[in-house]
Order: sequence, then C-alpha cells, then structure tokens
Amino acid sequence: MSWSREKTAWAFVAPCLFVLLSVAAWPLLRTIFLSFTDAQLEHMSGAKFIYWENFKALFSDKDWKQSVYNTLLFAACSVPCETLLGLFVALALHKPFKGRGLLRAAVLVPWAIPTIVSARMWGWMLHDVYGILNELLVRVGILSAPLPWTASPELSFWTIVMVDVWKTTPFMALLLLAGLQSLPQDCFEAALVDGVSKKRIFFRITLPLLRPTLIVTLIFRTLEALRIFDLVYILSNGGPKTMTMSVYARRYLVDYANVGYGSAAAVCLSLIVALITILYINVGRHRILEER
Amino acid sequence: MARSSPLRRLGFGLFCSIIVVLCLFPFYWAMVSSLKSGTEIFATDLWPKALTFQNYGTILQDASFGRSFLNSTLVALSTVGMALLLSITASFALARIPFRGRKRILLAILSVTMFPQVAVLSGMFELVRFFGLYNHCSALILSYMTITVPFTAWTLTNFMREIPKELEEAAIIDGASYLTILVKIFLPILSPALVTTGLLAFIAAWNEFLFALTFTLTNQARTVPVAISLLSGASQHELPWGNIMAASVLVTLPLVVLVVIFQRRIISGLTVGAVKG
Repeated sequence: MSWSREKTAWAFVAPCLFVLLSVAAWPLLRTIFLSFTDAQLEHMSGAKFIYWENFKALFSDKDWKQSVYNTLLFAACSVPCETLLGLFVALALHKPFKGRGLLRAAVLVPWAIPTIVSARMWGWMLHDVYGILNELLVRVGILSAPLPWTASPELSFWTIVMVDVWKTTPFMALLLLAGLQSLPQDCFEAALVDGVSKKRIFFRITLPLLRPTLIVTLIFRTLEALRIFDLVYILSNGGPKTMTMSVYARRYLVDYANVGYGSAAAVCLSLIVALITILYINVGRHRILEER
Repeated sequence: MARSSPLRRLGFGLFCSIIVVLCLFPFYWAMVSSLKSGTEIFATDLWPKALTFQNYGTILQDASFGRSFLNSTLVALSTVGMALLLSITASFALARIPFRGRKRILLAILSVTMFPQVAVLSGMFELVRFFGLYNHCSALILSYMTITVPFTAWTLTNFMREIPKELEEAAIIDGASYLTILVKIFLPILSPALVTTGLLAFIAAWNEFLFALTFTLTNQARTVPVAISLLSGASQHELPWGNIMAASVLVTLPLVVLVVIFQRRIISGLTVGAVKG
C-alpha cells in the first residue's frame, strides 16, 4: 500500500512539477547563467562567458545603486504604512454592523483594478494642470499652488508610494481582519470580565496572537514591494530618482537589448529578495509550513 | 455596538464612509471623466454637464482595442483553465497523501510565488523564442504559468487541508483508489474553492503587465493593460485622457462586477493561503 501510495502521489504531482520546472526553475537557471555572459537580445545563443564582468559593471553604476536605494526606500515606506493603516482599519471593522458587505466590496475594488489602470487613473487625478486633486487642495487652502505630482522627480517617488498605499491598504486590512476573526474569543472574554483595559488587551493579547498573521502578510507585502514595476513604469518619467530594480533590469534587458547585464541586475534583485525573506523568517521565528 | 452612544455610532459611520469614498473615488472620477466631452474633461466638475459616450465610441471602434480585449480574455481564461487542471491533482496529493518530499515541494511552490518576475525574464524570453511564440498570445499563456500555477496549487492545497479527514477514510477502507476519491468525493465538495481560486488566478492574469509588455510587439497580440499603457496622443503632453479613462473603465468594469458578486469568496481565497498557511 505505502509503495503504491508514494507512486500515486508522485504521479499526481508530476505534471504540475514538470510545468514549474520548465517555466520557473529552468528560466531562472538560464537567467543566472546569462548574467555571466555578454548575451545580446538579438543573438543570445552566441553569447560568450565573461565571468563577473556584468556584476562589476553593475556595482560601479550609480544608477543601479540609486535604484537599489529607491526600491528599499519604497518598501521601507510603503509596507509599514500599509500595515499600520490596514491594522487600524481592521480593528475598527472587527465587529458586525450594517453595510459591512458593501464596505468589504468597496475595499476590494482598489485591489482588483489592474495596476496599470490605477496608475493611469491616479495620473489623471494628479495631473499638474487639470488634476482634480490639485484643484481640491488649492481650493480648500491646503496648497497655495498646484504641485507637479508626477512631473517632478522628487515628488513622483512619493506619489508612487501614495498610490501603492491606496491600492494595498484595503487589502491588508482585509487580510488582518480575517486574522482577527480567527483568533480564539475566550481570552478576550476572560480579559474583559477581569476588567483589563482595552489598550492592555490590544498590546498583551491581540497583538501577540495576531503576530503570525502579521508576519506572513508583512513578508508577502515586502516581497511584492521589492519587485514593483507597473506603477513606476506608468507614473514616473523614467528618471533615476524613481527607478526601481525591476525597472532597471527590464530596461537593460529589453530596451537596451543587453541581456547579460540585465540578467545580472535581475539576479541581484532575486538575491536581495531571498536575503530579506530569510531575515524575516528568522526574526519572526515563524514556520510558514507548520503542519496543522 | 449595542451600548455605544449615538455620537460614537455617527463617528463610526463617518469613518466607514471615508474609507468607501477613498477606495471608490478614483474609479468614479475615471467614469465621470470618460463621460465628458471634448474640452469639458479639463474642468473639474464632479458630474459632466452633458453626458456623452463619444470616448467609448472612439475606443470601441478602434479595432486594435477590441482585439486586445479579446486577447486579454482568451489569455486569462486559458491560463486559468490550465493552471487549475495542473493544480487539482497536485494539491490533492500535497494535502491528502502523505509521501516523502511533500514538504520540500510545498516550500518550492511557495518560493516560486515569492520570486520577482524579472528574475525569469531573460530565460523566459529564450523559451518563448525557442518555441516561436514571440509576439503571440500563447507566449503569454506560457509565461503566466509561472505566476498562476504556484498560486493555484498553494491555494487549493490549503483549501483541501480544511476538508475533514473522515470523508476519505471510509473510502480508503473500502479500497477506493486515490483517483476515485479525488473525482468522486473531493471535486464536488471543492467546486466553490475551485471557483474562488480560478477567479483569483483570472484577476492575476487579466492584470499582468510585465510579461505582456515584453513578449508582445504589435496590436495583434497585445493585452488590454499594455494597450492602455501605450495609448498616447500626438505628443507626450497631449495624452488622450478621455479615451484612456474610457478604456480604463471598460477593462475594470468586469472586475468590479466580479468583486461585488464574489466578495466573500474572494476574501476566503485570499486568506486561506496567507493567514492560515
């Protein structure tokens, strides 16, 4: 029985594994290989092995350093913002009330809208001359003059952070709300009976219990933030102040047809992503694959 | 809520309304802008003075936009179909059959979902060219497997773990094969989970941009996100905003409808992998 069981299991997994190996593992290995060559887009097969040249060139390029910095700064600003706001909203919504379904549906809309489309919508709302946001802020008196939200290199970085927070906070709130709802209710009831203050309940009971959920969502969000591409591609003018690692890698790979160099950048991004994941998992001491 | 004061309730209502407005306003504004005519789009009225469907006319008459809409639908549906087909048996084995190497496979699947897409870009480019699929919709279906298959396999595995063990134990004692158990017992119970997972994979494929931008070259093969990103006027500063907003509304509308209908299921699908994983 056990031999046939193992065989059946592998037969069941095989097609899926085969596809994953050929569309994920193989291209990844090829990318790593190509990062050590001088491959060009038009003749990839005739590539010569040039050892660490691409990486050397990459590490001495100040645009690359800037895009690493931008990406890390983007993740460091957007993810905590989204998590804190999301937690705040989730706590507020963690009770039954009328119209909850409607609210939930509304909150899902920013998440479901294609990133390209939301970038376009915000690009229009933030237009420096005709944008409604400038108009509103000036009329209310918060701004004295319209701001060039997407045209100014310095400001467009923060615009991208803002749009990302808009797109992702509701989603974070929903995940955290689901986490809150799955917590055992009896400790809260016991604490309330004992007259523990709400603040104390939050820091001593809710937060520790919610920690696994928080860490998993934080990991996923951070990794997503590190590979940001779409928003930057549409909302920025492509200058170095807003360039992220994904944008940089794709630009060299496709636009400049320098596959070897672009692959080297992609490999570095992957290494950074892997490093941060390992860091998170160790700090959080959370085993994602824990059997229930 | 029973003991809260009217003032608190009012504050809570206000808070909820602000969230709804913040979430929906950009979409509302795109809709309003797309219904404005000519130069009126540059005025910031919250409602158009004269409703016009001129922008939608322009977009819908544009053959290339219709084509990209069709491409998006085709690519997303085929991707979802293939991803589900591949994941059903795999996730059954991963969730229900104890075998050596299971944990490692799960970890591998999870790490693929976490990987940046750019990391496979050059290898995928090679693969696409090797099969002669460059500038062809099939290139997108192939490359979207990288994103959707790990996701559907992971999510379905988590859904299957939630089904009580007693269900199949009786069948195993009766000597039923795993395939029979999967087809006769699991699939009927799992159909809501399949719909949910398929829906999420559909949204992911419908919204994908990086691969679609890289592996297509002409309007023949483009998907809607790429088409929208490339809509431009005579110069960089004369973007046809009315058309862009109309196209944005058209591509978002199906998603908004899906979200409103399936909101409960979508949330269960999103949380089964992330929260309880």
